[in-house]
Order: sequence, then C-alpha cells, then structure tokens
Amino acid sequence: MAAVATCGTGVGKTGSMVMAGSKNNVTGFQRRGPRASGSDSSYSRLVSIAGTRPSVRNGQLLVSTGLPALDQLLGGGLAVGTVLLIEEDKYNIYSSLLFKYFLAEGIVNGHTLLVASAKEDPADILQELPAPLLDDNGKKDFDEDVCNHKTSESNIKMKIAWRYQLLPKMEQAGPVSSSRFGHYYDVSKKMPQELIEASKVHGFFFPEKSSSTPNIEPCSLTHGYIKLLQFIQNIIYEEGFDGSNPQKKQKNILRIGIQNLGSPLWGDDICCTENCDNSHSLTKFLYVLRGLLRTSLSACVITMPTHLIQNKAIIARVTNLSDTVVGLESFIGSERETNPLYKDYHGLIHIRQIPRLNNLIYDVSDVKDLAFKLKRKLFTIERLHLPPDLSDTVSRSSKQDLAEPSKLLGPGCGAMAGGKKHLDF
Amino acid sequence: GKLTLLCDANTDGSFLVHHFLSFYLKANCKVCFVALIQSFSHYNIVGQKLGVSLTAARECGQLVFLEGLKSSVDVFFRTQAEPHPLQFLRSANAENLQPLYEFVREALKPADDGEAAWRCPVLLVDDLSVLLSLGMGAVAVLDFIHYCRATVCWEWKGNIVALVHDSGDTEDEENNILLNGLSHQSHLILQAEGLATGFCRDVHGQLRILWRTPSQPTAQRDRSLTYQYKIQDKSVSFFAKGMSPAVL
Repeated sequence: MAAVATCGTGVGKTGSMVMAGSKNNVTGFQRRGPRASGSDSSYSRLVSIAGTRPSVRNGQLLVSTGLPALDQLLGGGLAVGTVLLIEEDKYNIYSSLLFKYFLAEGIVNGHTLLVASAKEDPADILQELPAPLLDDNGKKDFDEDVCNHKTSESNIKMKIAWRYQLLPKMEQAGPVSSSRFGHYYDVSKKMPQELIEASKVHGFFFPEKSSSTPNIEPCSLTHGYIKLLQFIQNIIYEEGFDGSNPQKKQKNILRIGIQNLGSPLWGDDICCTENCDNSHSLTKFLYVLRGLLRTSLSACVITMPTHLIQNKAIIARVTNLSDTVVGLESFIGSERETNPLYKDYHGLIHIRQIPRLNNLIYDVSDVKDLAFKLKRKLFTIERLHLPPDLSDTVSRSSKQDLAEPSKLLGPGCGAMAGGKKHLDF
Repeated sequence: GKLTLLCDANTDGSFLVHHFLSFYLKANCKVCFVALIQSFSHYNIVGQKLGVSLTAARECGQLVFLEGLKSSVDVFFRTQAEPHPLQFLRSANAENLQPLYEFVREALKPADDGEAAWRCPVLLVDDLSVLLSLGMGAVAVLDFIHYCRATVCWEWKGNIVALVHDSGDTEDEENNILLNGLSHQSHLILQAEGLATGFCRDVHGQLRILWRTPSQPTAQRDRSLTYQYKIQDKSVSFFAKGMSPAVL
C-alpha cells in the first residue's frame, strides 16, 4: 500500500518505496508517527509520479479513474494498490465506457497499461479509446512536439516579462503537457494514434494464450485465471513495479484493466449454473490479485457481469474481496427508459462499497441516489432529482414508480449501513 | 480462556478488530494476528492512531503477524520448501487448515524457559469468512477454530477473537453454518449492524453485545446490551439508542 508520509514512514513489499506529492512538507496536518524501520535508504527520496496525488484524508496515493465525477465520489480517486470493481450494466455499454476512460487516463498520464480481455483483442480496445480534451495550451504543445520532436526550446523572445526568460524551463513529462489530475474525454473522437503508440501497453487476450499449459500445479482456479495471474505477476516483477528493481529512476504506475471477469469466456461457469464446480475460482483469483496489487504500484479496474451470476452468495463474497465496488444500471431496455421521471438520465450508479484504508473512517458522500448522464464530452454523475410534477396524469403513475426506486435505494444505501429494503412513509 | 466472536451485518466491523488489537497489545499480551484482509501497514497506521505501534510490537516479539495478502502471492507463485500456513491456496481440494493451526501453535507457544514475558496469549483472526471464499469448507474452518480453542483457550488460558461477516439475506449457506457454529461456542458476541432505517451520517450503526455461557446452556439467561455508535478518526463513540448528540 502506498502512503504519503511527512516523515518517511515507508510501506510496500520490500519497503523501499516512498512516494509523495511534490509539496509534501507544507501539508496542513503533520503526522508525527515514529519512523518505521528506517533501514531502507530510499525513504529520504521523495518521488512524485505523474498522474497521482495524495489523498487529503489519509495520505493515500490516488490515481484518477478517468472520470472526474467518479473520482469525487470515491474520495478523490482510486487508491494505488486497490481494486475497483464495476458491476456491469445489462448490455455492457456504460461499464465498457468507464473501462475505456480508465485506460485513456493511463495513456494521457503516461502510465503503463495492462489490458486483459477474453472477448476483444486489447489492440482493438485501444483503438477505440476516447480522445482527451486538452486545453488549448496543451494541444498546441502537443502538436508542436509531434511535428518537431522538440523538447524545450522556444524561440519566442519575451518582450515584457523578459526576466522570466532566464528561468529554467520545466521539462515535459510526455507528449501531453497537461498535468491535471483528471481529464475529460470526447466520446465521439478516437484517441490519436501517436499517443497510443507512445504509451506502453501489455495486452492479454485469453484465446491467444490459452493453448500453453500453466506451470503451476492444478488448484481450483480455472485455467484462464491462472494464466492471467502469472502474466500480471510477470509484468509487475520484470518492470519493477513492486520495487524489486531499485535502479529504475522513474517510478510509474501500472494500470490493470480486466474486462468481463467471471464471464464464461474466461472459462468460468459461475454465470451459467447456480451450483458450479469451481465456485471458488473467482474469489481466489481476486484474493491473489489483491495481494499482488498491495505489494506493487498498481491500480486495477475490473468489470464483472454480476447480473449474470446465479449464486448470490458469490456476489457478496466478491464484494467483500474487492476494495471499491460501483454498480451501474442503465435504463436502456428497461421500462424506465420511457419513464418521464428519468428522462434526463441514462442510468443509475450505485456506490456499493468504499474501502477504509489506513483509517477507521472513510469518505462517504451524503448522496445515495445518484444517476449518470452521458453527453458527448462529459459523463456527469449527479443526484437523482425528479423533474417537476406538472400534470395530473403523471402523478399517479409516478407514485408507483417512486416505490420502485426506493426499494433500489434501500440496498444502495445499505452498503454503508443499511437495514430493511422498503420503508413506507 | 474466552472466545469472542465479532460479526458484522451490512456494515464494516473492522473497527472492532482494530480495537481488540490495540487493547491486547496495550495489555501486554502476546498476540498472534492472522490478517487475511488488509496489509500490515493498514493496521499499523490505524494502530498508531489508537496508540500502539505494531512495528515495535512485532520487533520485540509481542506480535506475530501473518499477512495474508503478501504471503498469498509468495505461496501461489513460488513453490515452498516447507509447509506454509496458507498452503491451501495452491491445492485443488484442501482438506483442512492444519498448516495454519501449526503456525498459530508455534507462534503462541509459551516460552520454554518458564519465564512469562507476556501475559496470556491471544489469537486474533480477521476474518474467517475469507477462508470460505478461498475454498475451505465451513466445517474445516470450524475445526480450525476448535483446535485453536483447545490449545489457546483451554491449554494456555488465552483468548481468541475472530471476525465473521454475516451475509444477511444473501443465501450464503456456508457462511451461515460457520456463523451459527461459532455463535454457539463463543462467550461474547459483538454484532455490528447497520441501522434499520438506512444510512445516517451521525450514527454509523448499532452494536449488540451478548454475553453467553456456552458451558451451561440452561443456567442463567444471556445478558445483552445494545449501543449505537459513531466512528471517528481516532476512536468510536458509543451512546444509548436514540441518544446520539446529533439528534438531541
């Protein structure tokens, strides 16, 4: 687990990683904890990694999920070392969009990506990523860099503030100079090819890799999960995300995206039958994956078709084994699509679980009934508010419909501290 | 020797685990903590807020910490020479949790030279429901607790504290078997549950405390108390039902 320390308390597998925001020493609260086993030399080195920031609550290192609205609901972002589980909506439209946002954010920030899918080739997924919306300065620099491959020299002489010309130029972190934490994406445009090629992506396409036998004795994990775990562990170890390669100068984050985990395409049959043979396969996979993540600088987003899982107990176990769980429910195809109450929104979003990391308490938003709306350049998540009730006929049908969402909202807020499902007022 | 069962339904009961950990460490007991859910640094940082330092305790031998997440990676990817407590992760049909029991036994064994550096031994498990998710049957977990109780509670007069998630209305039969079995064996049950009326900012949940005497089932009636609580940054404040300062 990565934590920002004001006096160098280090965490991690080999204990050799300390990361912090750039302005570490002037944060408002100074945590004066004892120095924990100060034998590792890299405690004094405070490294700041592109695209991350420390959480204001507990100093946890956060990365953006690609969706600034979701970042806000999760307490600032996704903590490094944790798993975000997205429960897919019925037709896997919005969950794959969130998945793409996550990957696109990784490319924009220069993080390394690991994309695993059993359905589509990762190269195809990358081609479909949305284009980032850069502010004008960023775009101009980006174009210049691409055309000229210049790094810093600019020939424009400053006429008024000429003293500033003497200041050293800041170096660019990558082809995109925007260093904001979360970015906005334009869904109608595709990510420029140069950005994709400039980033480092490891792809895992299960049908390609399924032929070779795993060199691990058969445990109750399905074949696909074993291969995926080995692949992830390989990448983490070889590229030094777990601190095993201390010579690496520039620390980076590994973003892992796993699509449709638990679907039959991975060889798992929990979506097919209720009493399946290897019902522990998915939960074991999640446990070992979390172990890998906690000991490395990586963050993972998994989309899972939980609406297909027959055995509800497995869903509960999977939720307990993940750190952050977000459920999406789109209105497409349901009777709510034509319901005038929901006409402004495309679906509901349920924050089912938020982890308490390094803390007894956690950030929880007051608003439990959240709905999302996808516009071309913006994916907004806002409090579900009903449109004004203007006509007589609408009111009678809307009362019945209100009973339905309150049943939904019950378990929604029940994730935090909840009780019975439906209360009549 | 007492077995305390912590159970949470619809909410997160981990604050109880942190409390017991800091409580026993401050009481100078030798603690074996089987932490399967979170990493060592998480408990360490929360422990510092509650006033104990886990690293110091680990270094001087008061605390034996089994970090499940980190060890699971080791067990899974590298073949181990000697039996590892989490060996069941590698095997297809793990029969029992014997290696884990041996680990606990080794950790809490009283020193041979007779001098007692610490007070009673304590086993703390966070949490047992994860063992069900990892492929062990409910009976295997109950056997493990039974063995631990025989050794730690009866032989060495120590205590055991274990956390189990209550699945509530999801029909997790294995979990229910485990929970019922443990409830019958335990002396003290602390049940943290969410409020029946839903989410509230100021009252995070309700804690039910139940004292039992499992050896004499028909003797006196079990005492029970209910408090509501709010978790704060460094402590948890309890108050009687309906007496939350936010409401009054």
